[in-house]
Amino acid sequence: MSNIKVKVKEKDLNTIKEICKSFDNKPGELINVLHKTQESFGYLPAEVQEVVAQELSVPVAKVYGVVTFYSFFTMLPKGKHPISICTGTACYVRGAENVLQEFKRQLNIEVGQTTDDGKFSLSCLRCVGACGLAPVVQVGDKTYGRVSPEGVKEILAEYSEK
Amino acid sequence: MITNLGGFKMSQHKQIRIALNNCGVIDPENIKEYIARDGYVALGKCLTEMKPQDVINEIKESGLRGRGGGGFPTGLKWEIASKNHADQKYVVCNADEGDPGAFMDRSILEGDPHAVLEAMAICGYSMGATKGLVYIRAEYPLAIKRLKVAIEQAREYGLLGKKLFETDFDFDIELRYGAGAFVCGEETSLIHSMEGLRGEPTIKPPYPAEKGYLGKPTNVNNVETYANIPIILRKGASWFNKIGTEKSKGTKVFALAGKVKNVGLVEVPMGTTLREVIYEIGGGIENDKKFKAVQTGGPSGGCLTEKHLDTPIDFDNLLAAGSMMGSGGMIVMDEDNCMVSVAKFYLDFTVEESCGKCSPCRIGNKRLYELLDRITQGKGELSDLQRLRNMSLVIKDTSLCGLGQTSPNPVLSTLDNFYDEYLAHVTDKKCPSGECKDLMTYFVIEENCVGCTACARVCPVGAITGEKKEVHYINPEICIKCGACEERCKFDAIIVK
Ligand SMILES: Cc1cc2nc3c(=O)[nH]c(=O)nc-3n(C[C@H](O)[C@H](O)[C@H](O)COP(=O)(O)O)c2cc1C
Ligand code: SF4
Ligand code: SF4
Ligand code: FES
Repeated sequence: MSNIKVKVKEKDLNTIKEICKSFDNKPGELINVLHKTQESFGYLPAEVQEVVAQELSVPVAKVYGVVTFYSFFTMLPKGKHPISICTGTACYVRGAENVLQEFKRQLNIEVGQTTDDGKFSLSCLRCVGACGLAPVVQVGDKTYGRVSPEGVKEILAEYSEK
Repeated sequence: MITNLGGFKMSQHKQIRIALNNCGVIDPENIKEYIARDGYVALGKCLTEMKPQDVINEIKESGLRGRGGGGFPTGLKWEIASKNHADQKYVVCNADEGDPGAFMDRSILEGDPHAVLEAMAICGYSMGATKGLVYIRAEYPLAIKRLKVAIEQAREYGLLGKKLFETDFDFDIELRYGAGAFVCGEETSLIHSMEGLRGEPTIKPPYPAEKGYLGKPTNVNNVETYANIPIILRKGASWFNKIGTEKSKGTKVFALAGKVKNVGLVEVPMGTTLREVIYEIGGGIENDKKFKAVQTGGPSGGCLTEKHLDTPIDFDNLLAAGSMMGSGGMIVMDEDNCMVSVAKFYLDFTVEESCGKCSPCRIGNKRLYELLDRITQGKGELSDLQRLRNMSLVIKDTSLCGLGQTSPNPVLSTLDNFYDEYLAHVTDKKCPSGECKDLMTYFVIEENCVGCTACARVCPVGAITGEKKEVHYINPEICIKCGACEERCKFDAIIVK
């Protein structure tokens, strides 16, 4: 991997190198490096993975293997307002599935996708520890409890002008 | 504090606080408050008055068993790790808390982080380790922050670092982050994940106590297990082992949720019955519906019924009843929950979380899921039920790690306890609780409909047609079975069958 087809900007390249260096370029720190990198870029596209691989002297395949193994890492950019629906057991028992279906229908995307305008993305997570408020939905940092399918429209409307 | 979410008014009756004794009482970001409640006294006592083997003996005598699911005796585990000699050993805290619908460990870390740090140092002393690692899920940002603050403060106070309590014992703790993989809660996967690899399990033996992190002897315990340690050493093994049942000592924290009136964390002595937890602490079933099942043990556990309500909760009883203690999720279900769908829900989780290393789990669980999916769509046959059972048993017997070995439990326990419900799905193509959408149709009862048009306006897909003041009609081809019309109709003119 000598000459990478660099789509990564010079500035970003340096950021990634800095991050790797802060972990002494140790291969064992791969997961920590990826956490930090995703924190600053929002996601981990293939080009970014290539740089990480080179810096830590591990095969790109290994980096890719780790990125795809863990659901916390994503290779796709999230929407401006990432929507997460809790599909933990308590939320499931109280009807999270119907809420999820309604979000999918209203946004016309599947889980893991982002709307064409880049505004919303949809993901599921397991138990945010607010089971008392089940079913729970998070939009960005904001948490909504006792969400019903009928309430979905209202939630989306809050973000429509912004 | 997470325990306040949702404004529960949980009854303290029947509860004893040991693991949670400081949660919500102290400011977790102020070490002084922990110290004021006898914090780090146990560590001081161990280092200055007790030999490592004395500490191990005390924990063994207390009867404490691991709270991460398996229930392995903690003292014995420490003893094994202490006897394996190496230049470096590690103490690991498993804070991966993967059970979807449980948040006991998170609450402890957010409410009382020092108890876990103190216990890890004690464990390090007893087994001869100087390094501790907390493996925590990245999804718990507040717990991570509190741990960082706690570690910093403990270092400032000389309670972590070099020469603790002016002895020759050094101990320090670092954090490692999970990245959203349930299987990483399994101890061999967890170790691989800490090494920067894909979190795939390996066959045991060798156990982590022999060859763990970086190939060195490693002790892995759960957060709640550690949270019990300082108080046991302060109050003595003989205080602790008087609480609980013959083979399960102390208390267990449960995250009570689902269709109960009061939801939240409860800590009860081992031996409390499910009925006491659900009815006396949980206040009974919400909306006075009928109790149907209670699920314990998360994706590895099973659904228990009415007939198990008076079973005293402990490791062995729950296992005998076809479920397990697990890490402490306790989900109550009522008559509206379809047990086939519940089994499918868990299998969906397992399929997603299987690491794919061994075929029984990777392929078998997928086939189980597909069978269940067919049944919930009304396409199942009677022979599918036997197939479900056979396949479940094969997966349990042949999978490599605990995930695959327990993943069919939700299927087996619902087959055992709710066979009639499975039968209704495959023979009558009916879902008795009305949860399986594919087996239901929405109808307008002509006699009741006054033609107010309310349903047609609320229907999100325009499946309902009809003139004003005339009977309306729901087109089953378009209807997505969202139930909005049924809820809206003031004349009880819409029913599901
Ligand atoms: C699939 C799987 C997931 C697990 N998840 C967790 C977990 O989230 N937290 C935990 O403490 N133990 C979990 N365990 C159990 C651990 O492997 C291990 O037994 C436990 O951390 C030991 O600690 P203890 O003896 O204190 O219970 C899991 C086991 C399996 C097989
Ligand atoms: S049982 Fe499942 S999770 Fe465990 S090693 Fe096999 S495939 Fe992976
Ligand atoms: S809401 Fe009820 S009464 Fe009104 S048109 Fe619909 S079915 Fe008829
Ligand atoms: S299951 Fe959704 S918050 Fe716990």
